[in-house]
Amino acid sequence: MTVDTHTGASPVDPSADRPEDADQWSARLRRTAVEALPPQKLLPDRQPAYVASWIYVFGVLTLAALVVVIATGCVLAIFGPTWWHVSTVGLFVNSLHLWSVEVFFFCMVIHLWGKFFMAAWRGRRRATWITGVVCFVVSVGAAFTGYLSQQNFDSQWISTQAKDGINSTGAGAVFNVTNFGQMIMWHIMLLPLCIVVLVGIHVLLVRLRGVVPPFAPPGDSPGGISENDAGHLVGATGRATATDTNPGAVRPDAGTVS
Amino acid sequence: MQISITTIGALFGSLINLNGNGHYVHWGFIQISVANLVVIALMVVVFIAAILIPFRRHGGGEG
Repeated sequence: MTVDTHTGASPVDPSADRPEDADQWSARLRRTAVEALPPQKLLPDRQPAYVASWIYVFGVLTLAALVVVIATGCVLAIFGPTWWHVSTVGLFVNSLHLWSVEVFFFCMVIHLWGKFFMAAWRGRRRATWITGVVCFVVSVGAAFTGYLSQQNFDSQWISTQAKDGINSTGAGAVFNVTNFGQMIMWHIMLLPLCIVVLVGIHVLLVRLRGVVPPFAPPGDSPGGISENDAGHLVGATGRATATDTNPGAVRPDAGTVS
Repeated sequence: MQISITTIGALFGSLINLNGNGHYVHWGFIQISVANLVVIALMVVVFIAAILIPFRRHGGGEG
């Protein structure tokens, strides 16, 4: 990459330092990223009117719970098992970690039910749906290895029960649930990394494709909002109601909520 | 008046006694703990409530 102090705007790419820099991989990647997700779409101020329903709240509640899970998990990792089993504060943080996981799954399941009954894979949102489903499955694994990492009789009981199940799948040779060192590495490193990356992709896809609209009600209701398979917002008749090829953008006649 | 954490813990702990054997529901080959069943029932209730309860819109909303 050319490094220059020249900062004049280029007619080819205003964000490139010089016109000849516009073909560099960094400039091309930047243009692609900004075209796909401009800042106002990445962090919008308003949402389409149909988002004004409690069922749309559970995705962000799941994210909030995940933040608490990770923060309390970091504190537990710093001080270790003796601290979280013996000290009052340790027991409190341990409980916060457990209950935030409960809230995480509680909200995630309601989010999943809501999106399932909305057929949230409509409008080129298949990847959004799939990343959400994979994230759910990986989260189950993260919770499972968490129960194995408690360092108490409960974790011993769970691991000895689970080993028969895991062995019956043939995976016991490489995934030994009675091996605490292996389980805690999966729990605090590999699976959280997978979840954070998947959640990041999932949220970016939501911003890229937009929040899925509800099904159009029967009859030609003026409030009916839906999408065809191409991702275009349409009324109940199935006819395009706007020249909107960008489902993530706010449709003027759909109204917005801030 | 000072209330220790132990006192608060005992207060909340007395609401539901968790120091016994777990309670389970058996239905044919299905076996589930009452605690898990309660959580699933709560999720169904919250899911239905989230659909039915109107969402108070912000003042600037048009739709």
